[in-house]
Amino acid sequence: MKPLREKLLARAQLLATVRQFFQRRGVVEVCTPVLSQAAGTDPSIEPLHTRYTGPAYPQGLELFLQTSPEFAMKRLLAGGSGPIYQIAQVFRDGEYGSRHNPEFTLLEWYRPGLDHHDLMKEVAALMYACLGEELGVEKISYTELFERQFGWSPLQVEIRQLEDTAVLCGIETGNLEYRDQWLDLLMSLVIEPNLGKQGLTFIYDYPASQASLARLNPEDPRIASRFELYYQGVELANGFHELADAAEQRKRFVAENHQRRQRGLRQLPIDENLLDALEQGLPDCAGVALGLDRLLMLRLGKTTLDEVLTFSLTKA
Amino acid sequence: MATYSTNEFRGGLKLLLDGDPCVIIENEFVKPGKGQAFNRVKLRNLKTGRVLEKTFKSGESVEAADVMDRDLQYLYNDGEYWYFMDNDSFEQYQADAHAMGDAVKWIKDQDVCNVTLWNDAPILVEAPNFVVLEITDTDPGLKGDTSGGGGKPATLETGAVVRVPLFVQIGEKVKVDTRKGEYINRVKD
Repeated sequence: MKPLREKLLARAQLLATVRQFFQRRGVVEVCTPVLSQAAGTDPSIEPLHTRYTGPAYPQGLELFLQTSPEFAMKRLLAGGSGPIYQIAQVFRDGEYGSRHNPEFTLLEWYRPGLDHHDLMKEVAALMYACLGEELGVEKISYTELFERQFGWSPLQVEIRQLEDTAVLCGIETGNLEYRDQWLDLLMSLVIEPNLGKQGLTFIYDYPASQASLARLNPEDPRIASRFELYYQGVELANGFHELADAAEQRKRFVAENHQRRQRGLRQLPIDENLLDALEQGLPDCAGVALGLDRLLMLRLGKTTLDEVLTFSLTKA
Repeated sequence: MATYSTNEFRGGLKLLLDGDPCVIIENEFVKPGKGQAFNRVKLRNLKTGRVLEKTFKSGESVEAADVMDRDLQYLYNDGEYWYFMDNDSFEQYQADAHAMGDAVKWIKDQDVCNVTLWNDAPILVEAPNFVVLEITDTDPGLKGDTSGGGGKPATLETGAVVRVPLFVQIGEKVKVDTRKGEYINRVKD
C-alpha cells in the first residue's frame, strides 16, 4: 500500500475506534463552534484570532479560534446534555516542534457523576481500545513523583532548591521568575522522558498553582483534582474533576489575566457565557482532553507529529 | 546589538553565549500542555569546539554572534601567526595557533581553507577535506609489495604522520583525508 494511503487509513481507523468506544458507552458526539468571542486566559496558552465582518457585526468582530472545546462543552453540560465527547480541531499560537503543531486534533469528553479517579479508569480503557494491548497502569501523585525523583516536595520547595536541582540534572538555563516555571522545566526535561515506559502513567493531584480548571481538593486546598496521562515519555492527556463554582472560576480568569499583564501578554476577553452556565449549575463531572495526533504517533511507533499529520504547519 | 528570539532558532544560527560564539546544532521545542514552553538547544562553542546544551524560555532573546565563514587562501607562517588572504578583496587575516588547531598539520601555501571569522578575526581554520602532500620520510619497505596490507608510518612535507601502504616511497605524493587523517591513494604528477 502507498505510504500516503496507509497514513490516511491509520487516522481513519483510530477515529472509528474512538467513536465506537463512546457509542458503546452511551457518550454522545457533539460539535461546538471553533470560533468564539471569548478565549481561555491561561498565560501559557496563546489563542490565534481572526475577524468576522458582515450581517450582525457590520463594524467587524474579533473571534478567537478555540484552544480546546472545553468552555462550549461545559455550556452543553450545564444545559443538561449528559455525557458528551468531541473530536475537535484546536489551535494554539507559538507551538511548533516535533510534538507540537499550531493546529491539532483533541479528543475531549465529559462524564457527569464521575470524579477524576473514575475518569482515569475510562482513559485507560480507551487507550486499551486504541493501542490494542492491555497496558499496565501506574498512578502516582504529582507530589510523590517529585519527592521520589528529587527528595523534596513541590508544594514547599524554594526557588533556590529548584535552581540547584536543575544544575544537578545538568540543565543550563537562565533565570526563571516563577516556581511553576521551574517545576515545568524539571517535569519536561527530567521526569517526562521516562514516564510511561512500562505502560500508562497517570500523574494526579497537581499543585493548586497549576489547577487550571480543576476544583481544589476539599481536604487539602494546596492540591487540585487534576491528572495527566503519559505513555512512552509523551504527554497524552489532561483531565480535571471540573471546577463548577462560577465565582471561583471568575476569580481564576481575572487572576490569569493579571498574570498575562505582568508577563507582557495581551489580556483576553473572559467567557461570560461559560460563567452564566456555571451559575445555572454545572453537574458534578470530570472531563479530559487527549491529543489524538500524539496517540496516533505512538500507535504507529513514530516519533514526530509530522509523520502522522496530513499536512503539518510548514506544508499547510 | 543584534539578537535572535527563540522563534528564530535553527541549525547553523550563531549566538554569543557567555562571551563565546556558538553555533546551534539542534533546537527542540518543549512544552507541557498547560505550562511554560522551552527551547532545548545543543550548540558547539566555535572557540573551543566543545558541545554544550542550553535551555531557553521560549520567547527569550539571545545576542547574535557576528560570525561568518569565508574561503581564504593560506599565504605563510611567521612563527607566531598564520596569514590568509581573501582572493576577492585581497584583505589579509592572521590566525593564531589556537584557531589553526589541527589544520596546521595539513595545509601548505596556496591552499584555500574555510575560515570562521568572529568580529573579523579568524577563530577556526579548517583544512580542505583532501590535500595532496609529498612524503619526506618513511621506511623503504618492500618495493614489490603492492597489496596495501599492513602499512607503515610516513612523514609528510607539513610534518604530519599518516599510515601508508608499504609500497609508497619517499618523494612520492599522496592524497590524504584530513578529517580522518587517512591515506587515500598515490598521486602521480
